[in-house]
Amino acid sequence: MTATRTEIFSAGIVEAGLGTVTREIPAGEPPPWPPNAELTWIGKDVPRLNGRDKVTGATRYTVDVRLPGMLHARFLRCPLPSAELRKLDTAAATALDGARAVIALARPGDRLRYAGQPVAAVAALSPGVAAEALAAIDAEFRPLPFVVDMDEARAPDAPLVYDEASAPKGNPSGFPAAPGLPVVGNVRGPAVVRRGDPAQGFAAADIVVEGEYRTQVQTHSCLEPHAIVADWRADGLTVYMSTQFTSGVRQELAALFGLPLNRVRVVVDGMGGGFGSKSQLGVYGRTAVELSRLAGLPVRLALDRHEEQIDAGNRPGTFQRMRLGAKRDGTLTALAIESHGTAGVALGAGIGFFAERIYTCPNFETLQHDVFVNAGPGCAMRGPGNTPGAYGLEQAIDTLSERLGLDPLALRDRIDPSKARREERRIGAERIGWSRRHKPGADPGAVKRGMGVAQSLWMSNVQTNVACEVRVLRDGSVEALSSVQDIGTGIGTVMAQVVAEVLGLRPGDITVRIGDTEFPPGGPSYGSRTTASITPPLRTAATRVLAELGREAARMLNAAPEELEAREGRIRVKSDPGRSLAFRDAAALLRTDRISAVESRADDYPGFRRRMPDAAMAHEDLGGVQFAEVAVDTETGAIRVERVVAVHDCGRPINRLLLESQVQGGVLMGVSYALLERRVMDRRTGLMVNADLEHYKLAGVHDTPEIEVVILENLQGNSATDAYGIAEPANIATAPAIANAVYNAIGVRLTSLPMTPDVVLAALGKTGRS
Amino acid sequence: MNRFAYASPATVTEAAAATGLVAEAMVTFDESAVLKAGGIDLLDLLKLELLTPSVVVNLRAIKGLDAITQDAAGNVAIGAMATLSQVAEHPLVRGSYPALATAIAGAAGPQLRNVATLGGNLLQRPHCWYLRSPAHHCLRKGGGHCFAIHGENQYHAIFDNHACAIVHPSTAATALVALNAEVELHDAEGATRRLPLEDFFVGPDDDIQRENALRPREVLTAIHLRKPASGTRMAHLRQGEKAGFDWPLADVAVVLAIGPDGVCREASVVLGAAAPVPHRARAAEQALQGRHPGEAAAGDAARAALRGATPLSLNAYKLALFETLVRRAILAALA
Ligand SMILES: Cc1cc2nc3c(=O)[nH]c(=O)nc-3n(C[C@H](O)[C@H](O)[C@H](O)COP(=O)(O)OP(=O)(O)OC[C@H]3O[C@@H](n4cnc5c(N)ncnc54)[C@H](O)[C@@H]3O)c2cc1C
Ligand code: SF4
Repeated sequence: MTATRTEIFSAGIVEAGLGTVTREIPAGEPPPWPPNAELTWIGKDVPRLNGRDKVTGATRYTVDVRLPGMLHARFLRCPLPSAELRKLDTAAATALDGARAVIALARPGDRLRYAGQPVAAVAALSPGVAAEALAAIDAEFRPLPFVVDMDEARAPDAPLVYDEASAPKGNPSGFPAAPGLPVVGNVRGPAVVRRGDPAQGFAAADIVVEGEYRTQVQTHSCLEPHAIVADWRADGLTVYMSTQFTSGVRQELAALFGLPLNRVRVVVDGMGGGFGSKSQLGVYGRTAVELSRLAGLPVRLALDRHEEQIDAGNRPGTFQRMRLGAKRDGTLTALAIESHGTAGVALGAGIGFFAERIYTCPNFETLQHDVFVNAGPGCAMRGPGNTPGAYGLEQAIDTLSERLGLDPLALRDRIDPSKARREERRIGAERIGWSRRHKPGADPGAVKRGMGVAQSLWMSNVQTNVACEVRVLRDGSVEALSSVQDIGTGIGTVMAQVVAEVLGLRPGDITVRIGDTEFPPGGPSYGSRTTASITPPLRTAATRVLAELGREAARMLNAAPEELEAREGRIRVKSDPGRSLAFRDAAALLRTDRISAVESRADDYPGFRRRMPDAAMAHEDLGGVQFAEVAVDTETGAIRVERVVAVHDCGRPINRLLLESQVQGGVLMGVSYALLERRVMDRRTGLMVNADLEHYKLAGVHDTPEIEVVILENLQGNSATDAYGIAEPANIATAPAIANAVYNAIGVRLTSLPMTPDVVLAALGKTGRS
Repeated sequence: MNRFAYASPATVTEAAAATGLVAEAMVTFDESAVLKAGGIDLLDLLKLELLTPSVVVNLRAIKGLDAITQDAAGNVAIGAMATLSQVAEHPLVRGSYPALATAIAGAAGPQLRNVATLGGNLLQRPHCWYLRSPAHHCLRKGGGHCFAIHGENQYHAIFDNHACAIVHPSTAATALVALNAEVELHDAEGATRRLPLEDFFVGPDDDIQRENALRPREVLTAIHLRKPASGTRMAHLRQGEKAGFDWPLADVAVVLAIGPDGVCREASVVLGAAAPVPHRARAAEQALQGRHPGEAAAGDAARAALRGATPLSLNAYKLALFETLVRRAILAALA
């Protein structure tokens, strides 16, 4: 039993009025922070410290890494959606001048299940020679029947993607994580979640609303492709990789290649996005390392855009059937969802978690199915499951509110137990001018405006296996170290703020070293958990080095260490601030070149809701409410999102500026999901026809609405910083908010994504073939 | 991409000589030399190996090919190497041919327009995604059939689409055809010819593997526009899925010559992204000629413009879209 002490924390939503909560906390943890208004750097707009490097191009991304003697690798990929590999002869490629290593990734007789599946890989002196070596590989593919469309794949006579024995069983990254489900044809499931008695719930309902919703396959489309430079040497392996999880990749590599952890190093400096698709080592990572091992030289493997689109992950497409039962006053009596989704040859297309948790409903059921098709494997993508799930449910709730004659906000006030979202609805409604909202389709003229709202829910995730180090050097310089990676969120700046707050310095005074497994393990940048995981141990570590420094300073200032505080670059006596010492001068008193503290993360003070081996979930979910205002041209079908008001919570906000960029990015991605993005598979050839960024359309600067972001300060007394995440919540509510706004504009409900002009015109009955 | 040599000649004739069989190079994809203007489409064609030249001839070094000039009679000539930005912003263009300025200003995106040239824009290859997919050996590449007609054809043609359903990629061309522009072509012997842009484009029925009538050893040097008659009104409208950096789903150029009595003497109505070549909607033009144009005439013309359309499985939405754009473009021209 570790020693504990009792502390009283401010708790509640600052904007709505604060109370307190008493917590028993580990004795080594720092005292509670007051609300942000009383802190110097926490919760403030600190611009990202490496912003200048990014804008000037000085940041080094993995694709920029060039090592002496480095080879260039490429994949030979299956050209067909379904095939048997008949022959694979790499002799000519191996013999080619300039080719240094060739590996086979499939064997003759193997079944290949999607166009783009890796078959072999080469490493050569230049990309050109690598391409020639690929061409020299003699590979023969016997075409097999295939299916790329989810509806067709569900038909009883559809070509089978897997036989029952070979179908994937577990479910590493997707939802729901249900092992051992039956597979019939191409359909695996249902994964069932049930509470109460749905049949009884529907029987007790005054009103039942049904709806069917469809979402498309979206690709991650990271600006920086998946890339790795692997450097295998006799004394160990160093890998430069565009990854969301340096220490996770290190673990994977050590296990896979039988190396001790201390001989594997994973490094990432700048990173151009991941959104879930760079969470693991992956086939490409493994392949680059294997090629480097064989060649005895560093190997660079960076996917091109076509490869990114067909084999670097995607958000599964879904078909959702929703049924909602409610009393006249809005109280939900039953909620039932049947869903089918496809992650291509992989699993993880469930959508039910959002509905399971967001609203109070005693009788609940989801039946979720994965449908296999011959397409590249899906993987987690920003708010996996919840983003498509919210698109369906939040529209169903909108429909229910209309049927009940209730304002959508009033209905949610009744059925949504979240205090944070209640406050977010209130603030958002005021900002957007909700009272201006008219009846559906009420605008005269061809261009009709509308307003809609939708909500977000995401787990408050925490990585428990996390540590970081803070060092003070004798010249007064300070370092914060962790293997955590900055995938563009600005976590390094957040870390500098935390340390600066504790040490009484400025964020710019702190040198942050991250993105390298030589430093303590910093946890992954996924699941919206990075800030929640890394900032508490960082604050604890900074507090510990300060205490050590304080002991030296106390002697000098003739005071007891507890009487000191660190403020404005000085260590001073609280009751007599005139008695002080510059931080630098205090550091000069150190007897060694540096002092350091390594801390790992304590559990949340009130414990967790759920625990996994290295991670956990806090009690309170993350909320978020978004309002959208759109203009729909009913004669061209064009939808313009004019404005989005996004109100979010993430515990204690550490950096409002960075949070706002995260939310803006999430909204923009949501606009893109709502209006533009779609993987187009040609049904006759089984190939993706828009595997580029020209016909795969991403929202750009011209499509960006005015985005207003409000971040609540929601204190819970849960950890040394009380901070949680934002990245995923920011993305979840956007598409349904837009869809509800479109309904409000035109009075016709669109039920499939993306909402392109052809879809709008068809819904309005203007194409002659809706 | 194959290996190639790079030449940067200083005169047009030198360029024409260096390219050898330019036209063939551009239609059969594997001839010996190709011209580079802005290089935007060229780079894609090289990467896709739709072109595998032995020499790439840079037109940038040739002086004067980007000039925009007006003769004594008020006619305007635009050098083929003028960038889309230069054209869209030029006072002569904005003053006399606002529909052209609008069409170009809405094409692609600012960075692209700063590099892409008007000549290259007219000569770029179609963006049918099967054409641009090495895995699909379609009719236009000498293969056995068209993948679009029974495939993913949401962005394809609604007219003249029975053999190959490409839409012509140039937005500038929509306006230029409506303005009855002419192209000036220069060959290696120093001979020049001029022909209406409309006749320069080649539809699939005439030759399914080429989009224009550029001959061997020819360079496009200029686009000529006649001085608009007084009382000329014009407009260009487009609708895309994205608001920038995207192709139009539909675009429409309208040029009306209105007499002092308010009666429409002449009308040009051209649809872009509708057919393998810029599509002149003659029935719409007739619906306007001899009438006092207004809401009613615009509506009639818009309906007439779509008569005879043969939409494919996924692009019937274009009918409603074009009808709206034609009507609105006529009204915008009159406004
Ligand atoms: C995202 C995106 C969106 C786009 N949207 C639009 C749009 O909305 N509307 C639109 O019109 N375009 C659009 N484009 C296309 C773009 O405008 C063209 O690629 C560009 O205009 C080509 O011009 P260029 O000077 O770069 O031509 P190049 O690529 O240099 O040349 C194109 C072809 O013409 C030949 N050629 C060029 N000049 C001559 C000459 N003087 N004589 C003989 N042959 C010549 C070349 O050999 C080559 O085959 C878009 C492009 C992108 C990438
Ligand atoms: S539309 Fe033309 S270019 Fe496209 S697939 Fe058909 S034949 Fe080929």
